[in-house]
Amino acid sequence: MAGKPKLYYFDGRGKMESIRWLLAAAGVEFEEESLETREQYEKLLQGGSLMFQQVPMVEIDGMKMVQTRAILSYVAAKYNLYGKDLKERALIDMYVGGTDDLMGFILMFPFLSAEDKEKQRAVVVQKAISRYFPAYEKVLKDHGQDFLVGNNFSWADVHLLEAILMVEEKKSDVLSGFPQLQAFKARISSIPTIKKFLEPGSQRKPVPDDKYVETVRRVLHMYYDIKAN
Amino acid sequence: MSGKPRLTYLNGRGRMEPVRWLLAAAGAEFEESFLETKEQYEKLIKDGVLMFQQVPLVEIDGMKMVQTRAILSYIAGKYNLYGKDLKERALIDMYVEGITDLMEMILMFPFSPPEAKEKNLDSINDRAINRYFPVFEKVLKQHGQDFLVGNKFSWADVQLIEAILAVEEKIPAVLSGFPQLQAFKIRMSNMPTIKKFLQPGSRRKPPPDERYIETVLKIFKK
Repeated sequence: MAGKPKLYYFDGRGKMESIRWLLAAAGVEFEEESLETREQYEKLLQGGSLMFQQVPMVEIDGMKMVQTRAILSYVAAKYNLYGKDLKERALIDMYVGGTDDLMGFILMFPFLSAEDKEKQRAVVVQKAISRYFPAYEKVLKDHGQDFLVGNNFSWADVHLLEAILMVEEKKSDVLSGFPQLQAFKARISSIPTIKKFLEPGSQRKPVPDDKYVETVRRVLHMYYDIKAN
Repeated sequence: MSGKPRLTYLNGRGRMEPVRWLLAAAGAEFEESFLETKEQYEKLIKDGVLMFQQVPLVEIDGMKMVQTRAILSYIAGKYNLYGKDLKERALIDMYVEGITDLMEMILMFPFSPPEAKEKNLDSINDRAINRYFPVFEKVLKQHGQDFLVGNKFSWADVQLIEAILAVEEKIPAVLSGFPQLQAFKIRMSNMPTIKKFLQPGSRRKPPPDERYIETVLKIFKK
């Protein structure tokens, strides 16, 4: 079934944003169904569309895919953004694992109390500048190439740019000690598909706000307090 | 460099156990270095071998691999346990990710405070019997094959048998409503490489005990 992929999620970033980035970077048009009500979610559940009762869910190539990492791996491979062999794939998987962990610190941000938000902001920045950014700075410095893996644009580059921009939203000068990453950010941002995604009117979602948090809580009946990790 | 893979981790299950399972299931021998002190860990970081300052670390085929998922995907790809095409790989990835979410609850369990343990055990039971096990019970029932994906042994089968046994250690009767999974468990346990791994003297690690928890806290606590 060769229609466009269709994304099922809330109207906001969350765990779906990396998928929007990757599809956009690959130049793939996609449709979205935004969950606004509990009823919509229960309809998806009853219809058996959500393998583990969770979103993200992406309808693609006749499959109802769930699990963010599985979806991203499939999209990466399908659009040749996953390296040329097993070893390049291993590097991409490693790098994506790191940026995933980093973005994971930001994922629960909107759900935190104001006080916890400040603490978590400090944690995110500290992890970025002491653990994650130095690792990617070194990769780029060591091989001197434009892209992270195999001198070719890949999922790892898309994911790192997404992570950089997300951390910069928390601290705008966070890249100040990382010249390679600054150049990387400029380079990758000017790739035509990514440039388009970064412009207003694209399917990129804005920084999550209280309305987003309310929607998630309402749809998932997720009323408990979220603590920072 | 064609030596055996070398695993660096604590002497316990943690995040390395799925790697031990998968290598063993593939019939691949491996070596292990155990972290016992904070100093050993800090030396690894200082030596620059841990890309994100974390273990698991697996030295394999000239690479110093970190990030459990990346390691497992590489091993699965290398030993032909990752399906025959992109769509089978997608299924395996989906199943493995779901099982990993369940295993994460078990991973964290020993570190939860005593007063939360009963509640957490109930959550594990609830997720296992209402969210995860029904999915795999249905998959096996619908295609009637021995293995989860593509009528062939894969990473997904290894991950599922590991999870079943880990949950059973906490909730012995957890499979009582799942006849397909009971048969699956027996079938997988009898596969030669897995059978060997389940015998005493293998590289399989015991369930986490007090000593293991102390070691984790000693090495990683700031």
